[in-house]
Amino acid sequence: MKRWGGLLQVAVLVGFLLLYAPLLAVALYSFNAAEKGSVWVGFSLRWYAQLMADPETSRRAWEIREATLNTLQLGAVSTVISTILGTMLALGMQRFPWPSSLGKLLQVTIDVPVITPDIVIAAALVVGFNLLRFVSPLFDPGMSAMIIGHVTFQIAFVALVVRSRLVLMGPTLSEAARDLYASSWYHFHRVTLPLLWPAIVGGAMLAFTLSLDDFVISFFTCGPSSSTLPIYVYHSQLRGLRTDLFAVSTLLVMGTVVLVLTLERLTRWKRD
Amino acid sequence: MQTSTTSAPASEISLAVEHIRKSFGSVQVLDDISFDAHPGEFITLLGPSGCGKTTLLRIIAGLERADSGRIVLAGQPVDHLPANRRSVNTVFQSYALFPHLTVFENVAFGLRSRRVPQAEVNTRVHQNMEMVRIADLARRYPHQLSGGQKQRVALARALVNAPEVLLLDEPMSALDAKLRAEVQVELRRLQRSLRKTFVLVTHDQHEAMTVSDRIIVMNRGKIEQEGPTAEVYERPRTRFIAEFFGAANLIPARRSGDKRVTTAVGELSVRTTPPWESGTVAIHPEWIEITDTEPAENAVRAEVRDAIYRGDHVELLMEPGSLRVQVSPRLRAEPGATLWLCLPVERLEVLDD
Amino acid sequence: MTERVVAYGHLTTRRALLAKGGLLMVGGIAWLASFLLLPGLILVLVAFLQRDPDGGITWAFSLDSFRQLFGITSSGLSAANLWIMLRSVALAVITTVVAVGIAYPMTFFIARAAPRKRLLWLSLVAIPLCTNLVIRTYAWKLLLSARLPPARLAAMLGWLEPGRDLLPSWSAVCIGMVSAALPFAVISLYPSIERLDRSLIEAAQDLYASPVRVFMQAILPQTLPGLSVAILLTFVPAMGMFVITDMLGGAKHWLIGNLIQHQFGQGRNVPYGAAMSLVLIALTLLGVYSSRRQAGRSAEVL
Repeated sequence: MKRWGGLLQVAVLVGFLLLYAPLLAVALYSFNAAEKGSVWVGFSLRWYAQLMADPETSRRAWEIREATLNTLQLGAVSTVISTILGTMLALGMQRFPWPSSLGKLLQVTIDVPVITPDIVIAAALVVGFNLLRFVSPLFDPGMSAMIIGHVTFQIAFVALVVRSRLVLMGPTLSEAARDLYASSWYHFHRVTLPLLWPAIVGGAMLAFTLSLDDFVISFFTCGPSSSTLPIYVYHSQLRGLRTDLFAVSTLLVMGTVVLVLTLERLTRWKRD
Repeated sequence: MQTSTTSAPASEISLAVEHIRKSFGSVQVLDDISFDAHPGEFITLLGPSGCGKTTLLRIIAGLERADSGRIVLAGQPVDHLPANRRSVNTVFQSYALFPHLTVFENVAFGLRSRRVPQAEVNTRVHQNMEMVRIADLARRYPHQLSGGQKQRVALARALVNAPEVLLLDEPMSALDAKLRAEVQVELRRLQRSLRKTFVLVTHDQHEAMTVSDRIIVMNRGKIEQEGPTAEVYERPRTRFIAEFFGAANLIPARRSGDKRVTTAVGELSVRTTPPWESGTVAIHPEWIEITDTEPAENAVRAEVRDAIYRGDHVELLMEPGSLRVQVSPRLRAEPGATLWLCLPVERLEVLDD
Repeated sequence: MTERVVAYGHLTTRRALLAKGGLLMVGGIAWLASFLLLPGLILVLVAFLQRDPDGGITWAFSLDSFRQLFGITSSGLSAANLWIMLRSVALAVITTVVAVGIAYPMTFFIARAAPRKRLLWLSLVAIPLCTNLVIRTYAWKLLLSARLPPARLAAMLGWLEPGRDLLPSWSAVCIGMVSAALPFAVISLYPSIERLDRSLIEAAQDLYASPVRVFMQAILPQTLPGLSVAILLTFVPAMGMFVITDMLGGAKHWLIGNLIQHQFGQGRNVPYGAAMSLVLIALTLLGVYSSRRQAGRSAEVL
């Protein structure tokens, strides 16, 4: 194996370079004084200052702030809904004696969103919502349609995570709890829920990440007043490299790093 | 197959298993199982894996339902009661400790389920932790414990509830041999001092003999033999028991008269007249005597083919009859020597099959 | 149905048990039925309808979309779309192979780190995921522009005219797609690689097996479950990709994803877009199925 150690290190280096080199370049250029392009003019904090500018006076600052809030709102609401529905789905699938044919059908149901390219889901949602719009304005292009779209692909991922944990848990601890006089409720909130909690949190984090990473589904279902940050960036980049977008991206990466590290600290004491 | 003393008054029976049948799909796992356990009795369900003993234990605990039959606990039928309302507690094979709770909270679980007041929880939990000597582990989590410690926690967690019957499902199978031997003796002592009814499931006959008052040997969903420990060992009734327990010599035999059989080692007297024309008689290797002169009864002249030194005894392989004989290492029997053997009548068992 | 059963230590009837299980699932199932199954069926239906001149849909059965898709037009055959399909599949396969090929040693490296460090490394891999794909691709657009080191290096080596950006180009598209797929590949490989039974690897080394044989016979078979998830989670998004080709490529680098997006956007031909979506999902399923068979076969061989 030793002879392969060098190759291994090169691959690791290439891998992390592919992940972080562009982000570092963006962070560096966010301090460029020039408004656009990749010519280094000089160090400046003006683009950060402009992002913090009064939304009343700076239209661009206002738009970016709106888009950021929309992104977070979309992620939070869709994550809450999909975590609840996905966890219940996993419990229902795993802990009840369904005939094996129905079990397989349920498995397919949660596999479909995983093996379908997001653009196909987006296309289906567009044609579906075009009909459902006649039923309710919820399906008009906009925030509610985006939330519905995100939940649709998130449910499956949450269910997959929670279900694999349920499979691992098996029935023995539940039986031990029953053997020790636990009622249904006591068993659920003293045994099942605490043991499942890490998987539920993990599923929710995955769902939130997928929502933040999504562009396609939001792009197809968004309305004129509900742009998310990725959609905003996508539209702006068509007119070239803008330094203020580098600043937004850098803030976003920093925010993510802080969030992830905080979560890691918070969960550290719980791990084996 | 006769069942044990059903004549005892109901109040003196802490657990009665009556005609339990269970099948999974087309496989009959339990076929008409009945037995009683008296208060303070240590009963072992012994059998090879797949004989249905664990299923039976789960039915008693309420974790599985029987197809037919009854379970009676302290005189009350409990078949309609869920597991959480039966005065039975189980020590699971994998211990099934709650990984997110401390040792204290694990032990307290059954009391908290039933909303026992906090003060009482504290005293009872501490009492039981001290009894199995884990008081200093109270704040640890299960993943910080050794196998032996986990087993003690599981025991305390079950006993703290003062159940009518304690069920133990292969509780020592995960321990190494040395620790297992210690724990067996300790478990026995604990059961004696508590005077509780224990029902243990195991596939290890040495474990069964070490701890039990009474052994119920199961095979293929049926009770093969039951009785006091020494009796089951010394008086095997079937080939299965004779082989499963300490590997007795099995000697093919033909009935030759009243209480007499003909075998490869000669004509032998037995205690009872065999019910069959041809069948098997059995004798444990340690009951075969070696004598200097020809014994008066059941004498066999045999040659030592091989002597296997085992430290505390020597096992001789002798012909005719491929007999295995266990002797003291002080007796120097070299291969080739010809000896007189006596197969005592009272130790020679006529097997049913 | 009223037969009494014990499940998870709970005494109940079969009917009550199934009713409870059904109740737990009803929300999720109803959601997926209304927003995945129903729209999916409508999409299939729409693919067989006609486009009306102003961009809407005419309720008349038609195979026009599929004819157009496979290049059968009144003016003869055109292979342009078939060519795009072919290169979509090829690019997805290349992306998957390269991304998994880099992710495998990366995951090995992470799994070998001290236990406390592992989560940190994993987080480091996952952080780019939380920063959206569009933003990361935008970052590539900057990094591959003329004045930054990669383009200068390429120019020095004579691969590129000095002063030109590295994009639009196929290499830019490939780099973008591999870097987008990497986090998914590492995260799905991690559980299998972390649980690798080291004694098996050591045993293989003790038998003087070559590193290739150690890998093929002692390591790979143990990580097949994670590997198949990694392939799935890199191949499927790569098949439907349009953002990266759009931003780092151009009209010359279009994939099926771009075609679909175009029909739902400026092209205003929804039936055509729906038909393409059906073809895309068919190609994806074919790819997933054949990789599973391949994995199954290699598992048998080993």
